[in-house]
Amino acid sequence: MIPEIGHFALILALFVALTQAVFPLIGAARGNQAWMDLSRPASAAQFLLVAIAFGALTWCYITSDFSVLNVVQNSHTNKPMLYKIAGVWGNHEGSMLLWIFILALYGVTVSIFGSNLPPALRARTLAVQAMIAFGFILFVLLTSNPFLRLDPAPTNGEGLNPLLQDPGLAFHPPFLYLGYVGFSMAFSFAIAALIEGRVDAAWARWVRPWTLAAWCFLTFGIAMGSWWAYYTLGWGGWWYWDPVENASFMPWLAGTALLHSSLVVERRDTLKSWTILLTIIAFSFSLLGTFLVRSGALTSVHSFASDPARGVFILALLVAVTGGSLTLFTLRAHTLKGGGLFAPVSREGSLMINNILLSAAAGTVLLGTLYPLFMDVLNLGKVSVGPPFFNAVFIPLMVPVAALMSVGPVLSWKRANLWTALRGLKFAGLAALVVVILTWVIATGPSALWTGAGLGLATWLLVGTLTTFVTRLIPTRISLLEFFHRSLAIPRSFYGMTLAHAGLAIVIVGIVGSTSWKTEKIQVMHFGDTINVAGYELTLKGVEEGVRGPNYIASRATFIATKNGHFVATLNPEKRMYEMPPRPTTNAAIHTNFIGDLYAVIGDPDEKGGYVTRLYYNPLVPWIFIGAAIMAFGGFVSLTDRRYLIGIPKRNKETLLSKSEQG
Amino acid sequence: MSKRRLTTFLPVAIFVVLVGFLAYRLELINQGNMPNMIPSVMINRPVPTFALPSLIQGRPDVVSKELIGHVTLIDVFASWCVPCRIEHPYLADIKKAGIFLVGINYKDQPEQAKAWLTKLGNPYDEIASDYDGRVGIDFGVYGVPESYLIDKQGVIRFKQTGPLTPEDIDHTLLPLARELNK
Repeated sequence: MIPEIGHFALILALFVALTQAVFPLIGAARGNQAWMDLSRPASAAQFLLVAIAFGALTWCYITSDFSVLNVVQNSHTNKPMLYKIAGVWGNHEGSMLLWIFILALYGVTVSIFGSNLPPALRARTLAVQAMIAFGFILFVLLTSNPFLRLDPAPTNGEGLNPLLQDPGLAFHPPFLYLGYVGFSMAFSFAIAALIEGRVDAAWARWVRPWTLAAWCFLTFGIAMGSWWAYYTLGWGGWWYWDPVENASFMPWLAGTALLHSSLVVERRDTLKSWTILLTIIAFSFSLLGTFLVRSGALTSVHSFASDPARGVFILALLVAVTGGSLTLFTLRAHTLKGGGLFAPVSREGSLMINNILLSAAAGTVLLGTLYPLFMDVLNLGKVSVGPPFFNAVFIPLMVPVAALMSVGPVLSWKRANLWTALRGLKFAGLAALVVVILTWVIATGPSALWTGAGLGLATWLLVGTLTTFVTRLIPTRISLLEFFHRSLAIPRSFYGMTLAHAGLAIVIVGIVGSTSWKTEKIQVMHFGDTINVAGYELTLKGVEEGVRGPNYIASRATFIATKNGHFVATLNPEKRMYEMPPRPTTNAAIHTNFIGDLYAVIGDPDEKGGYVTRLYYNPLVPWIFIGAAIMAFGGFVSLTDRRYLIGIPKRNKETLLSKSEQG
Repeated sequence: MSKRRLTTFLPVAIFVVLVGFLAYRLELINQGNMPNMIPSVMINRPVPTFALPSLIQGRPDVVSKELIGHVTLIDVFASWCVPCRIEHPYLADIKKAGIFLVGINYKDQPEQAKAWLTKLGNPYDEIASDYDGRVGIDFGVYGVPESYLIDKQGVIRFKQTGPLTPEDIDHTLLPLARELNK
C-alpha cells in the first residue's frame, strides 16, 4: 500500500508541476495576478507530494519491504539502520527521487521567502523551476520507477554495495544534490529575467542567496566525497580526476565564477549577459554530470548501473533545458544593456580575469573528461585521460586565480591604483617570500622548487586576505567599544569572503604539502616487524581473523605507532568481507594530529605468516578537508548578510549615475 | 550589433556539437560498443599457434591444437595482477558450464603463480606458462586479465580486457558459448 501511495503522489506531483509550469507563465505575460499567484500554492503542493513519495520509499527501506524491487536490489535486513536509510539514495532510482525532492524543496523555499520579489518575476521563476521538475518526474516515472513491486517477494534483499556502507558516503549525495540542484534556482531566475528582458542590481541580489547556498553545499559535498575516497579506497590519494569527480567539479568551477560575476552585476550593473550565460552553464554542467554518470557514456570507478534508454531521456532533458535556454539567450541577450564602464585595473577587472580563468579551467576539465568519448566516437581509438593532463593544464590556470585573490578585494571599483593596492599587501608579499626561502632551505629533493612556490602562493593568499580583513576592521587605533561597533557594522558577506578565501589558502597548503612530502612504504611484514615511516615507528603486533561486524567478517590488524620511543597511537586497519553482496573492502586506519595523517592499510597474507602492508605518512592532508569546510562555512556566513534578508534592496547610487552617464 | 549576435550564438553552436557527440555515443552503446571495450583485431581469426610448457610439472605441454573440438576460454592471468583476484572466484562458474578453461600464466614466476593458485584454488583445466610473454604478443595481450572465447574450430569469437564479472559471464559469455556449442 505504501509504495502505491508514493507512486500515486509522484504522478500527482507531475500534474501539479505541469500546472505550475504553464499558468503562472501565461498569467505573467497577461498581467493576470490570480494566475501568477497560482505558482505559490502549486509549489507547496508539489513539494508536499514529492515529500510523500520520498517518504514512502524511505519507509519501504526502513521496514525492509522486499516486495519492492528497488529495496530488494539495494537493501538487506542485517544492514545497520543508517545504511538502510542511505540505501534510499544509494541507487539510481532512489537518487533521482532525492534529486526531485531537493528540486521541489528549493521551489517551495523561493515561494516562502520570495514575498519581496516582484510577482511576475516570482511567477516566471517558479514556472521555469516547475518545467525542470516536470521533466525529471516524467523521467523517473517512465524509466526509473523506484516503486515497482516484485511478486513473489524474496525473503531477503541483495544488499548495498559495501563501498557505499560508510557514514561519509551516506551523507555525501544529499549535499552534492543540494549543490547541483541548487543551481537550478539561479537558472530559473536567469530564464525568468531573460523572458522579462530585465537584469539589474536588484535581480542579482535576489539570485545571489540561491547561488551561494548551492555553492556551499556543493563545496561541502565534493570535500566529503574526496574524504571518503581518501579513507576507503586505501590508496592514500584524495582526488583522482575520475569522470564522476569531474562531473561534480565542473558545476563548482562555473558556480564559483558565477558568484563573482554576479557581484559585478549587483554593484556595477554590468557583465549582465555573461552572468546569465554562466548561470545557464552552471546548471547545464549539473545536468551533463547526471547524464555522464547514469548513461554509461563514460567509464568510471563509481558509476551507477548504466542504461542507454535512461541516457537518451536525460540527453533529451539536457537538449530541452540547455538547448532551450541557450537559444533564448541568443535571442534575448542583446536586450540586456551593459551598465557601468570600468578600467582594466579595477575590482571589476580583477573579477573578470577571475571569471575568464575559472571558465577556462571548467572548459579544460570538460575537455579532459569528454576527450575519450570524442576520440571513441570519431573512431580514433580508445584513450583515457589521466591526472598528468589535468595537473599540467589545470594548475597553471589556478595559480593566477589564487595570486589575484589577494589583490582583487583591495582594488576599488571602476578604477584602481595597482601600486596602492600592492603597497597594502607588502606584509603578505614579505611573508610569502620568507616561506619560499625557508622551504627552499629546509626541503630537499627535486620538487622542492615547486613546493616552495606553492606554499609561497598559499601564504600570499592567506596573509593577504587576513591583512585586508584586519585593515578594514581596525583602520586606525580604536577603542574596544569602537572595535565591537565596527565588527558588527562590517557586512557578513565580507566575513564570508575572508573565510572562503582563507579556506582556499589552507586547501592549497594541504595539496602542496601532501603531494610533495608524502611517504609511502609497501612491504611484507611479519608479526613484531617495525617499519619507519617519516619518523614514526610502526610495529605490526598481530592480525585478528574473523572479527564479526553487523554484516561483515573482518581481518583486523593491530599496529602500534611510536615516535622516539613514545607511544603515539594504535592503528587497526581492516580487510572486510561483506556478506551481502559478498565483496571485500579495505578500511584504512588513520591517525591524525591535524598536521599529518599516519595511514595504514593491511593487505593479503603470504603463506609464510607475513602480511602485505601499505603504510603512508600523508602530511597536511587534513588541511584540504578543513580548508574546504572553512570555504563552505564562509559561504554560509555570507548567506546571513543583511542585504539578502531585508525587504526591498537599496538602489545603488553608483548604478543610477552610470546609467545617466550613458544616456 | 551583428557581431554581438554572432558571439551570443556561439554557446548554442558548441552545445549542438556536444549533443551530437553524446547522442552518437549512446547509439554506439545501443549497438553493443561499450566505452570500456577495447576492440580486438583477433576477433574471428584463428587462435595463434603456440606450444607452451605446463605450469604444473610432469604435465604435457599445452598446445593450440588441443583447442579444436570444444568451446574454450583462454584466460590470461598473473599472480602480480590485482584485478585477476577479482575474477578468480567466478572462473569456476565457467568451468561448471562445460567450457574448457585454459589459463595462460603471463610474465609470471612459476613458483609465485603456483603459490597463488594453491591459496585461491585452481579452476583451470590446463595452465600454460608464458614466462617471457611471447605468446601474449601473438594474442595481442593488452592488459591482464584478458579472456578469449574460442569456438570448436579454434576461432576467437570474443575477447574481454579486464576482469570478468558475474554479469559478463551470465549475460555475454555463457549465452555466446551455448550458441557456439550448437
